[in-house]
Amino acid sequence: MLNYILRRLLTAIPTLLVLVIICFLMMHAAPGGPFTSERPLPPEVLANIEAKYGLDKPLYAQLWDYLVGVVTRFDFGPSFIYKDRSVNDIIAQGFPVTLTYGTISFVLATIVGVAMGVFAALRHNTWVDYLAVGATFSAQALPNFVMAPILVIIFTWQLGWLPGGGWNGGQWQYVVMPVIALSTSYMASIARIQRTAMLEVLHSNFVRTARAKGLPSSTIIWRHAMKPALMPVVSYLGPSFVAMITGSVVIDLYFSTGGVGLHYVNAALNRDYAVMLGVTILYGALTILFNLVADIVYAWLDPKIRY
Amino acid sequence: MTYMTRTLLAAMMASTIVAGTATAATHPETGEALAADQTFTNWTLDNPSSFDPQVVEDSDGAAMVRNMFEGLMNQDADGNLVPGVALDYSVNDDKNVYTFTLRPEAQWSNGDPVVASDFVYAWQRAVDPELASPYAWFMELMSIENASAIIAGEMPKEELGVKAIDDHTLEVTLSASLPYFATMTTHSTTFPAPQKVIEEFGAEWTKPENIVVNGAFILEDYTPGERIVQVRNPEYWDNENTILDKIETLVVTDQNQALTRYLAGEFDRIELPAGTYPKMKAEHPDEAVSVPWLCNYYYTFNVSDSGPEAFKDVRVRQALSLAVDRKVITENVMQGGQPEAYSFTPAAVAGFEPPKSAMADMTQAERDAKAKELLAEAGYGADNPLTFDMIYNTSENHKKVAVVLSQMWKQKLGVQASLANMEWKTFLDTRGRQDFALARGAWCGDYNEASTFLDLLTTPSGYNDGKYSNTEYDELIQSAKTAENAPELYTQAEAILAEEMPVIPIYHYAGVMMIDTDLKGWPYQNVERNWYGKNLYKVAE
Amino acid sequence: MITNSDRMDRITEALDEAADIKGRSLWADARRRFLRNKAATGAVVALLLVVLFVIIGPYFAVWSNEEIDWNVMGMVAEKGAPSIESGHFFGVDELGRDLYSRTIQATRTSLIVGVIGAIVAVTIGTIYGATAGFVGGWVDGLMMRFVDIMIAIPYMFIIILLMVMFERSFFMLFVGIGIISWLEMARIVRGQTLSLKNREFVEAAKACGVGWFTIILRHIIPNLLGLVVVFASLLVPLMILIESFISFLGLGVQEPQTSLGALISEGAGTILYGTIWQLFIPLFFFLVTIISLFFIGDGLRDALDPKDR
Repeated sequence: MLNYILRRLLTAIPTLLVLVIICFLMMHAAPGGPFTSERPLPPEVLANIEAKYGLDKPLYAQLWDYLVGVVTRFDFGPSFIYKDRSVNDIIAQGFPVTLTYGTISFVLATIVGVAMGVFAALRHNTWVDYLAVGATFSAQALPNFVMAPILVIIFTWQLGWLPGGGWNGGQWQYVVMPVIALSTSYMASIARIQRTAMLEVLHSNFVRTARAKGLPSSTIIWRHAMKPALMPVVSYLGPSFVAMITGSVVIDLYFSTGGVGLHYVNAALNRDYAVMLGVTILYGALTILFNLVADIVYAWLDPKIRY
Repeated sequence: MTYMTRTLLAAMMASTIVAGTATAATHPETGEALAADQTFTNWTLDNPSSFDPQVVEDSDGAAMVRNMFEGLMNQDADGNLVPGVALDYSVNDDKNVYTFTLRPEAQWSNGDPVVASDFVYAWQRAVDPELASPYAWFMELMSIENASAIIAGEMPKEELGVKAIDDHTLEVTLSASLPYFATMTTHSTTFPAPQKVIEEFGAEWTKPENIVVNGAFILEDYTPGERIVQVRNPEYWDNENTILDKIETLVVTDQNQALTRYLAGEFDRIELPAGTYPKMKAEHPDEAVSVPWLCNYYYTFNVSDSGPEAFKDVRVRQALSLAVDRKVITENVMQGGQPEAYSFTPAAVAGFEPPKSAMADMTQAERDAKAKELLAEAGYGADNPLTFDMIYNTSENHKKVAVVLSQMWKQKLGVQASLANMEWKTFLDTRGRQDFALARGAWCGDYNEASTFLDLLTTPSGYNDGKYSNTEYDELIQSAKTAENAPELYTQAEAILAEEMPVIPIYHYAGVMMIDTDLKGWPYQNVERNWYGKNLYKVAE
Repeated sequence: MITNSDRMDRITEALDEAADIKGRSLWADARRRFLRNKAATGAVVALLLVVLFVIIGPYFAVWSNEEIDWNVMGMVAEKGAPSIESGHFFGVDELGRDLYSRTIQATRTSLIVGVIGAIVAVTIGTIYGATAGFVGGWVDGLMMRFVDIMIAIPYMFIIILLMVMFERSFFMLFVGIGIISWLEMARIVRGQTLSLKNREFVEAAKACGVGWFTIILRHIIPNLLGLVVVFASLLVPLMILIESFISFLGLGVQEPQTSLGALISEGAGTILYGTIWQLFIPLFFFLVTIISLFFIGDGLRDALDPKDR
């Protein structure tokens, strides 16, 4: 296993490199650049700016400079749009924010989602099941871009309980609404996947065998059914966790949290090349890491799995 | 400093200030009772592009810079020029050498005096290819001697036509005579810069812990995507007359969300999303305001070779423009008191007199009839319908206007305009390559003078995406730069545009805002929307 | 948390009952079980009603989906509410366009987008994931690293480049949706396959010398169906919402055409301004669609469950 983990971590390096190259080429192939604006800059001004940021060099040289900067100095370059900030600044400030509300949302969504799914499956086609399934629909009926404004209207404007946005160093009042808006749809998805997986397991031969052997149902569920029923949820949780801790553009946009999620979209729309690459590397590295974690958890859930 | 200690300190500072002003809590001139908490909570759509006066390029960022740095001249509430760091200026008869006298008491927040060489340094910096300021062209526009050559890298920056005669006398030499030069010194690019600090910290100098300013406020905290906090600068020369203690600007990228939070009392000022003004005006008549703004909104025909044949026919361009019911767009779509546009330059521009155009005087029914007639003359009708694509960048407001335009043309003229939205950069790239038939455009004046708009449609202009070209027009604009009777020439130029219709002017912008009734001193009449925090104050409720 | 044995009994009863009905054709059997599921049949009826509405609805429309009612425009909150008299059965949108016609057209677009998007995702994701998981080793490593890269690449650039390289069209919209939608599916399917391939029936098939692709098709995928179906039913609403983002970037549905995602987000922007129907009406059709698709999926899963064969 250790061997496998080491191998996976080593392959992460070429994977990230490929990711950076693809992202870099796509970025430069996209129309417009960071300095394209409604008011086109005079050519000589534009030339000075491009020289300042090294954009006048051939692409391969730009890529090489970038990689050297990242590897030797851990320097991800400057933002082309928010000129007072470097990419390191932006991530250092934005990632802790999304990491905080993302982790809380993740834990909440996982615990509630799994519990709802298991209960619904155990009481398949009873009112408990219908209630759980109904709840997942209500969560989906309000996509987060609908839920966020409604939350602010209710809790900020009408009730005056919570601030309508901002982060303020992560005080709890500022975290509540982002967590609600982010976690509900994941909760719904987790509950639905868990419910199905649990139903599948309850229908399988080994549970039937265990039942036939006369084992008490609680033992069957906790010792035998639970682990395999968690497998699909774990596959779903790997990428979801990454998506949650890198923030959601909707959450950052509606709640002004200053998180890194909005940068991901804004940098792409603004062609803020270095920010885009920096955030993509962060996202890619986390994706690789947590998919590895998911694979390790698989092996724990099903000892028969060999990689 | 950690976050906690900083907030604690801020809280302590705030409480001492409150204690200090509690006794003198009336406005010195009006006698109004002042609020104990002099914090102005403002709204901005996006992070500022920079706090560096020579680098900042967005208008909200420039407003923040204007509160932290003071230039030679300021504007009052009506947009008139008033002294800033300069007490006064004189100009020679040729109007190409300006001499500014600086006030001796002006100082930086580190206690150093503000001297003429700070301006020389800043202006050289603005044209320095090494800094590569995106607003370097503003120095060219100001016609400062040698600016263009320095930007192009052909001359050292020291050759710029600006020098410090002594600590308090600044002399500027222009390459052409420019009667309105002094008005341009209210622009953030011309603000002074603290040489010592910039040389010490480099690009990091605008961070809250490093920044040194000469304006009424100083940067205390900046969390991108969340908030910008500026607090009173006690070293400011006019600190005693500054009432506001703190300007807190919150970044809210969704305007509807900003409105909800305004209604919840979290903001003192926001800008309203389109279409909400009538309702807000009805419910909060004292807070909703609409003021003129120097921006226009138009659609441009592609009259270059890559454009459709139909648009080379002036009758088609006229017909499409005539059929646009601007009243419907301003009153039913934008609903924010925007003026209908029959000229390219907004009528609010100082000294500009829109030409008498036949179109503006007609009723809409007459215009529609004329449009049908013209289009038929041009050979388009039911059997040969005019079809074209129109592009705009993705945004709720642009979409609404585009939809309404296409429906007007369809219902009145039988014209088939298919809509295509694009994300911003793709749109700019497409429009810049003349890969379109009809494209949305908008322009905001850089200064309060008609040429800032009319330059756009001259043949050499880099912003002329429709590639309109008319020598007579070019000559008028060129001669207006030095002529005594510039306003007349501008009116003549507009008359040519009305005749040839290379663009369809649709409306002129209005600043549509909610401003809390206890915030006073907002310069509603300043069409350039330059506001100064030092002139604002909050009254007790 | 203890489950009482009573319930387990019921489960085993159900299982025994299922065991009795061997010998009939798989499909007839599945159909019978599907039809016995009330929720699933109800969902089919609901979805058929939506489809019927989309087909027949336009014949009753007074206004087209692009025509602006100039009398209502600008006073939508006062005059634009749903009404039989004005011919705006569902009211009007912000510009005074008939929401009845727009909802019909939007529902049609979104149904197609949601269903086709989900089918693309399911097909590619299942085959890709099952292959990676079953073959394993370096093939698995390579295939999954590809998925990792695809997940991390900024999606917007893919869409923007597609838009620049190809003419905008409905087909390109599907390409755009298809490119992203299968990735999570592939990961989930691969995870399940890793576990399934060690099961007795797969080992038995291997021992008999059955080819790996046949094993995937005949033994792995049928055992994945439940999960695939539930995941597909989660994907449909996601696809419908992603479409509006793709259209935002410029690829996809263009005005005056619209989609449920676009209508919902327009409606959500104006909840404060007294035009709440602009949110509720498209949201209703969105909900009916995703709920019925879920129950149909759930019913299909129960009906096709190989363990119940």
